[in-house]
Amino acid sequence: MKEYKGSTSGCDHITASSTPATGEGGRTGDWRVLYPVISGEGCVVAKTGKPMCYMCWMFCPEGVISKTVPPEINLEYCKGCGICAEECPSKAITMIQEGGE
Amino acid sequence: MKKLTAVTMPDKEYMLPGNRSCVGCGLSIAYRHGLKAFGESVILTVPASCLTVLQGMYPVSSMLVPCLNTAFETTAASAAGIRAGLDALGKRDVTVVGWAGDGGTSDIGIQALSGAAERNTDFIYICYDNEGYMNTGTQRSGSTPYGAVTSTCPSGKLEHKKDMPMIMAAHNIPYVATVSPSYPIDLYEKFTTAKQMKGTRYLHLLIPCPPGWGYDPRYTVKIGRMAVLCGMFDLYEIINGRLSFYGPSLRIATGEPREPVEAYIRAQTRFRDVSMEVIEELQEWVDKKWESYRKMGYCETD
Amino acid sequence: MSIEKKGDCMTCAEKVLIMTGNHAAAYAVKLCDVQVVSAYPITPQSPVVEKLMEFVEKGEMKAEYVAVESEHSAITVCISASVVGARVFTASCANGLALMHEMLHWAAGTRLPIVMAIPNRAVAAPWNILNDQQDSISQRDTGWMQIYCRNNQEILDTVIQAYRIAETVMAPVMVCYDGYVLSHTLMPVNLPDEKLVREYLPPYRPHTVLDPKSPRNINPVTLADPRMNAEGVLCHGYMELRSLLQKSLLESVSVVAEAGREFGRIFGREYGIYDSYRTDDADLLMVSIGSLASEAMDAVDGMRAAGMKVGVMHLRLYRPFPAEVVAKAVRETGCRGVAVLEKNVSYGYEGAVCSDLKAALFDYGVDVFAHSYILGLGGRNVSVSDIEEALKRSYGYLEKKGPDRMKGQEWINCQV
Repeated sequence: MKEYKGSTSGCDHITASSTPATGEGGRTGDWRVLYPVISGEGCVVAKTGKPMCYMCWMFCPEGVISKTVPPEINLEYCKGCGICAEECPSKAITMIQEGGE
Repeated sequence: MKKLTAVTMPDKEYMLPGNRSCVGCGLSIAYRHGLKAFGESVILTVPASCLTVLQGMYPVSSMLVPCLNTAFETTAASAAGIRAGLDALGKRDVTVVGWAGDGGTSDIGIQALSGAAERNTDFIYICYDNEGYMNTGTQRSGSTPYGAVTSTCPSGKLEHKKDMPMIMAAHNIPYVATVSPSYPIDLYEKFTTAKQMKGTRYLHLLIPCPPGWGYDPRYTVKIGRMAVLCGMFDLYEIINGRLSFYGPSLRIATGEPREPVEAYIRAQTRFRDVSMEVIEELQEWVDKKWESYRKMGYCETD
Repeated sequence: MSIEKKGDCMTCAEKVLIMTGNHAAAYAVKLCDVQVVSAYPITPQSPVVEKLMEFVEKGEMKAEYVAVESEHSAITVCISASVVGARVFTASCANGLALMHEMLHWAAGTRLPIVMAIPNRAVAAPWNILNDQQDSISQRDTGWMQIYCRNNQEILDTVIQAYRIAETVMAPVMVCYDGYVLSHTLMPVNLPDEKLVREYLPPYRPHTVLDPKSPRNINPVTLADPRMNAEGVLCHGYMELRSLLQKSLLESVSVVAEAGREFGRIFGREYGIYDSYRTDDADLLMVSIGSLASEAMDAVDGMRAAGMKVGVMHLRLYRPFPAEVVAKAVRETGCRGVAVLEKNVSYGYEGAVCSDLKAALFDYGVDVFAHSYILGLGGRNVSVSDIEEALKRSYGYLEKKGPDRMKGQEWINCQV
């Protein structure tokens, strides 16, 4: 996933005017307690090698899942909400405890 | 025409990851896809609200569309000014969109919104309704449902929720729609419809909120779905005065039974310990609402 | 500095019309090619926005006219339209201006060149629709510039200058004039030629552009300390941004003076920071703002005829407070005392203009007394004899020394 780093240099001096960048709130992956893992066995995109379903991409609040074959999750910014795991029609995503307990 | 699915939905993102929205934020889903439907040629205006936080602190922002932050009660007036300014400068192809919370819409912002709607100001107004002042720590708003616990009604709210979509419909504006991030295809299509129209267009989103409503963040989409299935929230659009339902709400309108409200209520700790009387009151509220839809002829399909 | 006419003012297509102060403001707005007008009525301002609607309907003025549902929305529409790049205008007073208060801070903090006409009126409670200056004076901390007018010609000319000043300083400007006394009173007014106005007033260029091609988020939450942006550039914290506003305002005194001089060069009527009448050898100086300073000329003449050396200074620019300019001007008159007559009071203390003047005199070591007089609140008529009463009272203190010189504030013609 491409990181966005703003489009202008310098800063507007007389008003507060922000420029866009990925990770405005920091490395939000650090917020996680659980992280998602997509199973190659369960995910229909992974199994068929064709673009389809993409419920995980659609319901991810952060937009950190790519619409690729197979879908990939950017763990730098994934907050570990678990919505993808809950919504996957094939139950192909598992939420694993950080720190491997 | 190709059917819109997750596969065919555009994947150019206008909201950047790594922002400060809560884990599992329902607004985030809606905002992500809503911005896609609007595309690049848009100017947002956003009051004090959760979205203010999501959009970032100076000098870094988290979205690829221009935005003017504004005072709490002023969303619609701010949008009216942007529209007037753009029109004066001949930039009529830029869409003006206000995004405000339920507090900023049904409470403090209702005056400016009603005024803008009465003037049929050419802009889109989105109310993202997480049923409380969640940004400031879960205080009650006019949009909080009966029985819900908030920090300013710790024994449960004694009044029912204000029906903002119908209030806006009473202004006879060209477009009113109710939308849910649990139904993102419908959301995207309604946002697209709104974008193509002129005049005041109002979209009301029900936004499940993990910290405010009290549930495990993984259930955000599920909770939103449950709200529609039991009739606590209904998906419809009103185009030039004509109402049509969508999805589960359409099925309910054509006679399929509604889920009882109890499961939806019990799934959220903001309704923790509510008595059966509260559940019955809410059930009755939903029943009456659907009865009034029937009486108004909304449930008739051609 | 006093107003002089240079040469024949009937230049080009300049014509003279009989009009009220409110209409003078409206004509100026039309001449300045304002692009967005937001309108909400309040007595005695309503004729301003009514006249502007007439211009728009007749096609004489090409502007977007937004008839909003409250004054709070009126100023908000101006703010967002100005951010987008349009030249804007609205008008209000009294409780309407008070309702705008939150957004006045917002406009100044966003550094927007909004011009607003204020036909000064008393603030409730209780209700009163007549003239005093409490409404605009109460807003002196918001970061708006304030210029006061003595007659309808000054209103028209000042609105035009206000746009030039605002768009140079990047701060909003209030053009204040006494409600009913000026707003509804007919006077002959020279209407400047519109081509000359365009020469005087170049088009507005916003400092930050809201452009979909280069997305920015304007006025987000700003933290206490400077913070790095995504490119590693250290950006201002809240305090720095606010200090820039203050810096611009303090430096704007010279902008106001230059705008007034240039106006004189092009239109034949020069304006400054203050105006003086018979102050050169005054023992007692009266200071005031608005039409009161104009009415005081009769009192000055009367007292001078009776052998008392008095003069009156009209403080045209009230915010920023031109401390150095005014303190030096007071010193130059050689006066031994100042009587500040004003139609407002900072409750719990004294007249606001008096407090500000005293601070300036103290800072610049001008050793004279300054007495605070409150008059004319809620439209209470101020006669020449009322002004004389105040001035004669202060005149009696000229010979006193030390603490005996000091006297608190006095309310003139208050009949409790």
